[in-house]
Amino acid sequence: MFDYESLRVIWWALLGILLIGFAVMDGFDFGIAALLRVLGRSDDERLVLLETIEPTWEGNQVWFILGGGAAFAAWPALYAVSFSGMYLAIFLVLLAFILRPVGFNFRGKVRDARWRSLWDWVLTASGVVVMLISGVAFGNLFLGVPFQFDDNLRMSWHGSFFELLHPFALLAGLVSLAMLLAHGACWAAYRADHVVADRAVRVARWTTLAYAVCFVLAGIWLAYGVAGYAIVGPVVTDGVSNPLHKQVAHGSSWFASYMQYPWFWLAPVLAFAGAIGVQLSVGRKNLACFIASSLMVAGTILSAGFALFPFLLPSRLDPRSSLTIWDASSSQGTLGLMLAMVVIFIPLIIIYTGWVYRVLRGRVTLDHVRQSGHGY
Amino acid sequence: MIIDPDVVTLSRLQFALTALYHFLFVPLTLGIVWILAIMESVYVMTGREVWKRMVQFWGVLFGINFAMGVATGVTMEFQFGMNWAYYAHYVGDVFGTPLAIEGLMAFFLEATLVGLFFVGWDRISRVAHLLVTWFLALATSLSALWILVANGWMQNPVGSAFNADTMRMEVTSFADVLFNPVAQAKFVHTVSAGYVLGSMFVLSISAWYLLRGRNVDFAKRSMTVAASFGLAAALSVVVLGDESGYAVSENQKMKMAAIEAMWETEPAPASFTLFGIPDVENHTTHYALRIPWVMGLIGTRSIDKPIPGIANLVEDAKGRINNGILAYDAMLVLRQDKDNAQAKAILAAHDKDMGYALLLKRFMDDPRQATPADIQKAADSTIPNVPVLFWAFRLMVACGFYFIALFAVVFWQASKRQLDKRRWLLKLALWSLPLPWLAAELGWVVAEYGRQPWAIEGVLPTALGVSSVTAGQVWTSLGGFVLFYSALAVVDAVLMVKYARKGPDGLGLWPPAEPEPPVATVAAHAGV
Repeated sequence: MFDYESLRVIWWALLGILLIGFAVMDGFDFGIAALLRVLGRSDDERLVLLETIEPTWEGNQVWFILGGGAAFAAWPALYAVSFSGMYLAIFLVLLAFILRPVGFNFRGKVRDARWRSLWDWVLTASGVVVMLISGVAFGNLFLGVPFQFDDNLRMSWHGSFFELLHPFALLAGLVSLAMLLAHGACWAAYRADHVVADRAVRVARWTTLAYAVCFVLAGIWLAYGVAGYAIVGPVVTDGVSNPLHKQVAHGSSWFASYMQYPWFWLAPVLAFAGAIGVQLSVGRKNLACFIASSLMVAGTILSAGFALFPFLLPSRLDPRSSLTIWDASSSQGTLGLMLAMVVIFIPLIIIYTGWVYRVLRGRVTLDHVRQSGHGY
Repeated sequence: MIIDPDVVTLSRLQFALTALYHFLFVPLTLGIVWILAIMESVYVMTGREVWKRMVQFWGVLFGINFAMGVATGVTMEFQFGMNWAYYAHYVGDVFGTPLAIEGLMAFFLEATLVGLFFVGWDRISRVAHLLVTWFLALATSLSALWILVANGWMQNPVGSAFNADTMRMEVTSFADVLFNPVAQAKFVHTVSAGYVLGSMFVLSISAWYLLRGRNVDFAKRSMTVAASFGLAAALSVVVLGDESGYAVSENQKMKMAAIEAMWETEPAPASFTLFGIPDVENHTTHYALRIPWVMGLIGTRSIDKPIPGIANLVEDAKGRINNGILAYDAMLVLRQDKDNAQAKAILAAHDKDMGYALLLKRFMDDPRQATPADIQKAADSTIPNVPVLFWAFRLMVACGFYFIALFAVVFWQASKRQLDKRRWLLKLALWSLPLPWLAAELGWVVAEYGRQPWAIEGVLPTALGVSSVTAGQVWTSLGGFVLFYSALAVVDAVLMVKYARKGPDGLGLWPPAEPEPPVATVAAHAGV
């Protein structure tokens, strides 16, 4: 139905959509978890915050699970290289993903201040770790990571965990942290009791501002301080998925794709429009504010993805081994089949998720949690 | 490059520990969610409050378990990339697809509805809530289907072919992958095992209440549901387990021979070794107690087909290794000279045996340099751990038959309304609680440890599938898993015991504050 080139572009877009789905839908859960102790001063207030996300975070997390599964199926080389290469960083993220579900579920099961405080810290840490490390990982994509393939396409990685903590990558981590804290605060302002929501409004203002500053700084740094990668020679878009069949030069600009496709500029514009939207609407029009922060999140991820185009994972050790959307995908048949599945199921997912959110709409008040005791 | 054997050992250990741990929670979710669906259906049909309270109480325990299942499931998805990167690259085109579809079709639905199951009682209508529970149950089993399609392909890699240009396996027919007979047999066997486990869970805890004289009506009803569902499930586990055995004998002859400790090919119809002490060094089984014909019937569905023994299968493996070396050589020739017709022909003839040449990679970088002694060593390495498989299989099967008997007796006593008078039976039910877990874990051992040395049967040796990480990195993550998983196991067990002890009475769920609806209303609800 579709040719190989189109399928690769579609699956590149779908990877971005799944990532945005995760960041928008689960990002505020992580934001709430990280802000639990800041926004909620008493156990009741924390229960309010948790109850705004408790029935839905599990479904939201599947955006991430699905992103991983889709990367495995559609971009196996990307999945294999990034997860094994950034081994310890990924392990930290995994720990956060293990502790978060049990934290949400087990916290309310025992009525004891120390028990609950322990899980509050666990949830805070899980939120901060995931937001920070995802950003740091993204930052490293621009710097290029130290891996290479041998002739049998066995990958080897020649770097340590601490090398991932390059100042630019840390800045990217801050972008991600501030962005998702703001997103979480906007959610709290929208759904939590007014006592908590008022605090969230102030947090949303400051974190959005911090986000905007970091995002601009990262953009400037990327333009002047980080060299881009570019495919040298003819670009084969429908060839076999073997990264070693191309040549790559390091030293160009990451803004080259923005010059080539000027409409890419819409992505950073969207991100800033979202940030401005949050500042204008927070505390007044709370649903609009949450939508604005969602657009900010989407715009940020699109900005990064567009800059990298057509790269998925550049290698600074052996640029030829870099993964691009033209040589790291699954076979045409697999991409086609998976596309059919996505076309059938994503609309269904949106419909039933929308229904669940509709059923659960409305502010969670302090009176409500005092009556019902604990979550579930 | 030569693969670090320590990394292989540690990665396998970590995978086994995390998979076995994950599989403590999955079968309970699979089973109990259907019991909830049955109970809630009765509630909606009869309108009797007790059934709603049953759903709510067992739901609390389900919720604790579900959180652990979700938490430990993420590990499984991460681990293929973290520790098995070459595997992920080599088979992602085929293996990744069912995992992604699992997310799209099943897990999304399950995870989205589970919250509403808990908080939706007052927000949606009775029927809508019942639908939520049913879809939750359906989605969990569908989830298992896709995971087992992926696993079935590891056991029997159909519908795919090696592509030398991309150095990986690629899908040739997705229908073959989906309708893989091994996957189908494994799916029904595994979900039935989960249903048995869920039933035993409800049965044992209810028996405890009856022994204490607590929540009597509540517990009797729960036991009746558990015994009926459990009996059907236990029968299906054994029957479909047999189907699974047949599928194994068709395509994993070595696994079958190892389970049977069948060192030499027996004349048809083969006998089944009920008991014996396998002796790995001398390739014999001492004190063997054999039942004639049974193995031939299970394994071949006939009385005239022989089942090959281990010695013969090792000889077969040697032949396939030699063919695999030809394919490997042809692949390297084609990499230099991609139009070489002769090499193309050799690769096409022998690419099915390429995996056997890769068995040599554990011992040398270039399989083409293998001496006859190396080939013998590689062929010998295709024998899995015979005593472990032999015993794990027998224990599992013994558990299976015991479950049928236990559920049948409880069902019989429940139908005679004598449950609370049979204290010995209640005690037996209580103390049987760990057995389905034991059986499920043993089942994993038989299926996955029995697949060794292959990650993908005949295609990719496990040792080759690892990532190029250091042993230190894997030690770190393994230590982290042991630490966090042990802590979570303690917390999970404490909470489970705490809430089971509290019981429906302690949680204020039973007896209900409002009186039972009068008989006339019940009749009206039931449509009488």
